[in-house]
Amino acid sequence: MAAEQTLAQGDSWRRLQFFFDTKLHLRLESLIVLAALCLALSFLSPYFLSVSNFLNILLATTTIGILAVAATLILSSAGLDLSIGSVMALSGVVGAYFCVVLEWPWFMAIIGALGTGALAGAINGQIITRTQIPAFIVTLGMLGIARGLSFIIAPNGGAIYGLPPAVIYLGQGRPFGIPTPVIILAAAAIAAHYVLAYSRFGRHTLAMGDSDNAARATGIPVERLRRKLYTTSGALAGLAGLVFMARVNAGDPVAGINYELAAITAAIIGGTSLFGGKGSILGAMVGALIMGVLQNGLNLIGVQSYFQQVAIGAVLILAVWIDQLQSAKERKA
Amino acid sequence: MSLLQVKGVTKSFGAIKVLSGVDLIIEAGTVTGLVGDNGAGKSTLMKTITGIYAVDEGEILLSGEVINGLSPGARRQKGIEMIYQDLALAKQQDVAANIFLGREPVKRAFGILPGYVDKAKMDTEAQKMIDRLGARIPSIHRPVGMFSGGQQQTVAIARALTFNPKLVIMDEPTAALAVREVESVLKLIRQLRDEGIAVVLISHRLNDVFEVTDRIVVLRQGRIEADLPTQKTQMREVVSYIVGAH
Repeated sequence: MAAEQTLAQGDSWRRLQFFFDTKLHLRLESLIVLAALCLALSFLSPYFLSVSNFLNILLATTTIGILAVAATLILSSAGLDLSIGSVMALSGVVGAYFCVVLEWPWFMAIIGALGTGALAGAINGQIITRTQIPAFIVTLGMLGIARGLSFIIAPNGGAIYGLPPAVIYLGQGRPFGIPTPVIILAAAAIAAHYVLAYSRFGRHTLAMGDSDNAARATGIPVERLRRKLYTTSGALAGLAGLVFMARVNAGDPVAGINYELAAITAAIIGGTSLFGGKGSILGAMVGALIMGVLQNGLNLIGVQSYFQQVAIGAVLILAVWIDQLQSAKERKA
Repeated sequence: MSLLQVKGVTKSFGAIKVLSGVDLIIEAGTVTGLVGDNGAGKSTLMKTITGIYAVDEGEILLSGEVINGLSPGARRQKGIEMIYQDLALAKQQDVAANIFLGREPVKRAFGILPGYVDKAKMDTEAQKMIDRLGARIPSIHRPVGMFSGGQQQTVAIARALTFNPKLVIMDEPTAALAVREVESVLKLIRQLRDEGIAVVLISHRLNDVFEVTDRIVVLRQGRIEADLPTQKTQMREVVSYIVGAH
């Protein structure tokens, strides 16, 4: 209803849109879709509107959320990283292997998971920038390699259970009543948003995604930047792997299957362009939340999970369509 | 000392030799026209000067200092700017972002926090530069991809002039422009020369070249074919050098 009121006053609506776009780097429309969805679901289910359910949604969104940060950074640079779901699994397995099988101290789980992710990302970056192989192929290859290695490392290909309490706290702790994974996601998202929207690194990433030529001509070291981005993407996948492992108390080689696609979906619903030059971390978080709210809400009102997939697919296509209509209108204005 | 010296530069792409031993000297405060047929090596030669391409052999000196090993970014910092034929603009970014691309001013809150790009300063400076060029641009907050060809050209020129360049290379700056816009680019070139900046103008439009240059260099099949003072030559002579009929 608030949206309708501002719609009536076209001018202030546009000013608000401009503010969101330029200051917060967030499309106002995506936020309104999320609000409308929450409003509708709170009418449809008596259980939807509560603090504990909201925390549930946030908790369920953390893994995809962290991966969506990685996807947004990479897509903004006109790149693609299909390996993040598998690298997430490998990172969790390596972390768990370090402190369960090898019985190393608990912090080695953190170092192992983040290090594995960063290493996989760095390898992606090196191959992409030093050969002519497209990122699609390189990261598709890494998707297979990381998934295979997860099963090879895990004894008998099964999950590695029994993590030390300090690690489990990262997934199941609740400082100030807020689940630790939610705090980790928020920290990662805020840091990444700052970098992408306000730092030189972020501006160069967007410029490179927009036009490789322009970035090169103005002296931006594009290859080095690209390597940093893929390493960051891998490290974030490692972080997602760490959090997921801690939450389920296991390094599981089947974790994160198809999560790369969910992460890309969240990024694109949030207004990031598949072709680079445009990206918003806050938008990706809203996108991930739209997906999380849809899943949670449809569960609560007893809709089959297959319909959830249908709904998310439709939202994705709709989001891009609205975006295109918007840009067409701007071009005319 | 000459501003720029190119000594015996060669450059091949695979089996194709694009530059075979080019020597060229550019003085400050002069306008040099660089002409030649398609594929003569004009753009390649300029890109070895800006650092986009590394030379195979030879040396490039700026104010007597060898700059072969420097990156394009480092060469820009030393005052070599180029306006590319395709403009090399990031079309989805706004005017200020394009003008300051690669050189964004950074500010730090409390002097310790990680630096953020000073967008307010960029916007003010970008507007100043656009005004100085006497250009009309609807809004500097719009993505440059929404502008006309001439307006985009203005943004590319503004980017090259914002950081006090010593040498400005223009690759076909008038090719996509209307007559009135061409006039203002030529006026700008004269203005730059009077400020002591060296300009290299690559153009197929010999009328423009004759109108604004001090000297015309003809490149043919990767070699300097002729180096003529503009006052003492004629269109017919230049054309005959270009086609190799001299």
